[in-house]
Amino acid sequence: MAGLTTALILLPLAGALFVSVARQNSARAVALGFNVLTAILAITLWRNFDTTAGGLQMVERHVWIPAIGAEYLVGVDGLSLLLVLLTSLIFPFAFLAQRMTRGACALMLVMQAALYGTFTAQNFVLWFLFYEMSLIPAFLLIKIWGGEKRDRAATKFFVYTFLGSVAMLLSFLGIFFAKGTFDFAALADLGKHGLLTGNVAWFAFAGIFLGLAVKVPLFPFHTWLPDAYETAPTGVSMVLTGVLSKMGVYGFVRLLLPLFPNEIRIVAPWLLALAVCSIVFASLAAWAQSDLKRMVAYLSINHLGYCMLGLFAITATTVRPAQEMQAALSGVFMQIFNHGITAAALFYYVGLLEQRRGLRGLGDFGGLMQRTPLLCGWMSVAMFSSLGLPGLNGFIGEFLIFKGSFAVAASFTAVAVIGLLVTAIVFLRAMQALFSGPLAESASTFPDLQWNEKWIVVPVTMLMFAVGIAPQFVFNIFNTTVVQMTRLFALTTLG
Amino acid sequence: MSSWIVTYLWLIPAVPLAASLVILMLANSRRTASAALAIFGQVVALTMAVAAFLPTLQTPGYRAFHNFTWFTFGEQTLRIGWVIDPLAAAMLVMITLVGLCIFVFSIGYMAKDKNFTRFFAYLSFFSAAMLGVVIANSLLLLFVCWELVGLASYLLIGFWIHKPSAAAAAKKAFITTRIGDIGFFLGILWLYGRSGTLLFYDHGNGCLENAGLLLVGASATFIALLIFCGAAGKSGQFPLHVWLPDAMEGPTPVSALIHAATMVAAGVFLVARVYPLFSLGAIDGVTPSLTVVVWIGVVTALMAALIALAQADIKRILAYSTVSQLGLMMVSLGVGGVAAGIMHLLAHGFFKALLFLGSGSVIHGCHEEQDIRNMGGLRRLMPVTFLTYAIGMMTLSGVPLFFSGAWTKEEILHATAHWPKSSVPYYLMLAGVVLTALYMTRQMIYVFFGDKRAASEHAHESPRVMTMPLIVLAVCAIVFSIALTPAWPWLHGYLSGEPAHFEIGQLIQPMLFLSLALVAGGIGLGVLFYRKAGATDPLAQAQPAIFRFLENKMWLDEFYARTVLAFAHFAARFSDVMDRYFWDSLVRALAGVGQLFGILSSHFDERGINSGVDGATTGARGLGRFIAARHSGQIQTYLRAAGVGALALLILYAWLA
Amino acid sequence: MTPTLTIFLILSAALFCIGLLAALSRRHAIFILIGIDLMLAAANVNFVAFWRFSPEPAQPTGVIVAIFSIAIAAAEAAVGLALVIAVYRHYRTTNVDKLNQLKG
Repeated sequence: MAGLTTALILLPLAGALFVSVARQNSARAVALGFNVLTAILAITLWRNFDTTAGGLQMVERHVWIPAIGAEYLVGVDGLSLLLVLLTSLIFPFAFLAQRMTRGACALMLVMQAALYGTFTAQNFVLWFLFYEMSLIPAFLLIKIWGGEKRDRAATKFFVYTFLGSVAMLLSFLGIFFAKGTFDFAALADLGKHGLLTGNVAWFAFAGIFLGLAVKVPLFPFHTWLPDAYETAPTGVSMVLTGVLSKMGVYGFVRLLLPLFPNEIRIVAPWLLALAVCSIVFASLAAWAQSDLKRMVAYLSINHLGYCMLGLFAITATTVRPAQEMQAALSGVFMQIFNHGITAAALFYYVGLLEQRRGLRGLGDFGGLMQRTPLLCGWMSVAMFSSLGLPGLNGFIGEFLIFKGSFAVAASFTAVAVIGLLVTAIVFLRAMQALFSGPLAESASTFPDLQWNEKWIVVPVTMLMFAVGIAPQFVFNIFNTTVVQMTRLFALTTLG
Repeated sequence: MSSWIVTYLWLIPAVPLAASLVILMLANSRRTASAALAIFGQVVALTMAVAAFLPTLQTPGYRAFHNFTWFTFGEQTLRIGWVIDPLAAAMLVMITLVGLCIFVFSIGYMAKDKNFTRFFAYLSFFSAAMLGVVIANSLLLLFVCWELVGLASYLLIGFWIHKPSAAAAAKKAFITTRIGDIGFFLGILWLYGRSGTLLFYDHGNGCLENAGLLLVGASATFIALLIFCGAAGKSGQFPLHVWLPDAMEGPTPVSALIHAATMVAAGVFLVARVYPLFSLGAIDGVTPSLTVVVWIGVVTALMAALIALAQADIKRILAYSTVSQLGLMMVSLGVGGVAAGIMHLLAHGFFKALLFLGSGSVIHGCHEEQDIRNMGGLRRLMPVTFLTYAIGMMTLSGVPLFFSGAWTKEEILHATAHWPKSSVPYYLMLAGVVLTALYMTRQMIYVFFGDKRAASEHAHESPRVMTMPLIVLAVCAIVFSIALTPAWPWLHGYLSGEPAHFEIGQLIQPMLFLSLALVAGGIGLGVLFYRKAGATDPLAQAQPAIFRFLENKMWLDEFYARTVLAFAHFAARFSDVMDRYFWDSLVRALAGVGQLFGILSSHFDERGINSGVDGATTGARGLGRFIAARHSGQIQTYLRAAGVGALALLILYAWLA
Repeated sequence: MTPTLTIFLILSAALFCIGLLAALSRRHAIFILIGIDLMLAAANVNFVAFWRFSPEPAQPTGVIVAIFSIAIAAAEAAVGLALVIAVYRHYRTTNVDKLNQLKG
């Protein structure tokens, strides 16, 4: 099934073209139609993917610009497939979440294509191209269709991420001049024996780290996120948190860990401290928010902090027990998937409340349980999933991450679990403010969930339950990849 | 013959769970259907629990389990499973039986509530989660169900969600127990990392079996203490007990089911379940972790009993009594009397549910009044409630011979007396017995004796659907004592896996007289103090300072609010401010530097490059205009120019040549 | 006075200057043409003179070039006069000061 990945990348771009010539009020329908097609392609990809075989599959390789080592090289492994599926899952819901103008639809589709590209490209130049390509639509979507503080938020978002990208590009140029390749697999191979030496290695490491840390984001490079998520329209927020934030984590797994095993081990305690800060401070900051969207945005930082904790913990020591690494990596991948679903769902619910009330402060609601029991019930499921209640999807990933990281970095993990507690406090506080008490005057005419809203809510919630109760089908996607990566990371220490 | 019940053990929680889901989907008006479904689920669970109970009777120390893979990650598998042994079987029967009574009682109690169906859905869900805790053969599965129990408790405490106090209490309960659960979670991680499995029993490889315990080794103390954090949170042990009295904001059947009989006992059950971890490396039955359990239990038992003495809310008194009794059970486990602790747990499940339902009946009869100072003289108006309540009270106080609570309490005292480490807990427990009798007598006198007060004027006996469960539970509280007597310590033997023999001579023990004296003393004192009690409490008259101290729950809530909560709030504010101002201004400063460069370069552009280019273009335009003007169209002008040019060339040539 | 090259060259230069003067100063197109022809004639004188005083006067190169040149001058005069007539028909004048349509 060669060409499938390329088709997946090109299809949304074609969609963007079609949308931009479609009529204003049918633009979203066209975009959704194209999303159905990409979903079919993604599922075909999944069906054709051999979960028992390791390595890249469905590789397509074409000469592009040989002079600078650029190749058109795309391929899928378990992690890529997971993220491709997640992208195909989140985007249709983002399109369904709210009305969008033609321009916004087209930009969203461009972003979708860029994301597919980012998650499948196996050559740095190509990867970077897609990586940046996703940034520009995001910037425009915030800048044009955002809320009140959109100018500031968009500029901040752009400057932050662009600065990171530039640093990363410089680092890779350095690596290219030293090693002469941009191929991920080749670089990872070289990384086993120390890619670079001396100060150059540290500069390159710092540049790539900065670029990815901004993207994730990792404390203290996170301040663009609350502003951006707060002002972005609901659908865009869903995509930003659901998929775009995963690019950073993906980059860490694909680039930083294989390329700089020694550097990362030396600074691992500091990185772990940053991850723990991400977890604890972000959850505490979420507690202090009165704007629902900002609150969810902070919790997004918190949840990605768990991913970072898992990734840094497995590289922190020289002794790396395979079972702990597998636990942590599986947990991180699971968390990527679960956070994508849950956080997007939370933004969706906040959007629903905002649509009904026009405001989204914690104090603007009250007693909703009496007026809109269905909305409250389904929303609580997403909240409980996010706070890691067992039986829902959030728990599995967090448990495995903590299991893997506790064994090698017990003290950091012990501090990080405070995040679990504070997250619970944040959500319960929100539930108390929104659902309980006497019915607020302003909420007395709220409609409960409508039919079109149920079409989004029910499948997403079912997925949360499915992953929480029988998660094997998700694990199957990346189990072989996890084993392979474990070997890769374990070997790097020997070299 | 027993294999089928082991394989299908999961049905015991699954049936109530299914019932709960179906009820959730029913319309609000399908009241009968929802109650019937919930009770049907409970009856099925009870039947299956009995079926699971029977095989455990046949062989002492019977244990059967069924393990399976939950999921595979990388090359590892995570296995969970369920187990049936005397501990689980006894708990199953108690929970389903008490649960059934409470479900039936709820039909009457919640009859007028407009969210009747939702209530039964939650109740069934709780029941399912609790049964899951009991049959879990994996610490992880236990934790999963444990959290679901917490969720059910949260939903039920906050059931009257329009009441802000209920919502606040629900939140408080969930968060306080979650603090403990964080410790529990760490304990699980640690144990998992050490032993590589979370299965309790797995053909010798489980974490509670020899091979697993060997791997755990010296870290057992810390693991056990971390797990105990979770137990302390759920079982309302000091210092995490503060949520339990507030949880009385929930409907009374909820208080009876969750906050008296089952969920709060889960902590005790948990300690009993992982007891091998606590007792690993014990010298003379004492380990550091067990010692902590004992002291926490003692502090909790005594403190709660004292606070109960000064409360006015009928349910709060019972709540503190529950906390106190849970402390007692913890002491029992800590000193090595596992069987005694569990026996007390089972007995307590029956009589405390009875007391709570009784109080529910009283509240119902007095039109939602909960203050005991407004009641009085109810014994004539509500005879059935009075009689059953009196049985419950005597069982709780430990009146010897006929009441189950007495035998179990005696056994606990017996075990405590032989604790080698210290005899202080024993004496404090004796004081606790007196206090228990005292505060229960106080409550009885205020509620049922004396003259009628404001709320009891129009009181009425509750309907049959509510009194029947009371009678059943009262009978259980008495009949259950048959299995507990030292003459025929059947339950003790059953739980500890030793066959019991009937010896009538063992019935009368020295401890019996001691406890008789203590209980009589407590009740006597109570009668003496409170016989003539008026609007103000006699203790408040005698010692107002102490009374205020106890009435305000030793100001622990206020203390937490000023310290822990204040600090947490501060931390939250601090993080937010850091983000908004510190990190953001750092970034903005960086951006400012960039902007400065931007401004500089734009000035350079404007003044330097731009003006140069502008000048060049102006010049070019001028030149063009000049040359265009020379093109007059006059042929002779052109010719002249050509001539001049030729001449110039000529001169140049001459010059150069 | 023996005829030398210089005398012929002076003659040619004078002839050229007269032609140039005529071409530059006259307003009538036909006079301008005549001026141009005078200049051509000056060139022809040069050709013949240089041939006559060259080291190899045996070959008649200069005369042939001059004859060519005269033939071309005749053709040029014909075309020039035809143009002048066409211009006159169009503008009703042959005064070159009035004919300024060539400006760019």
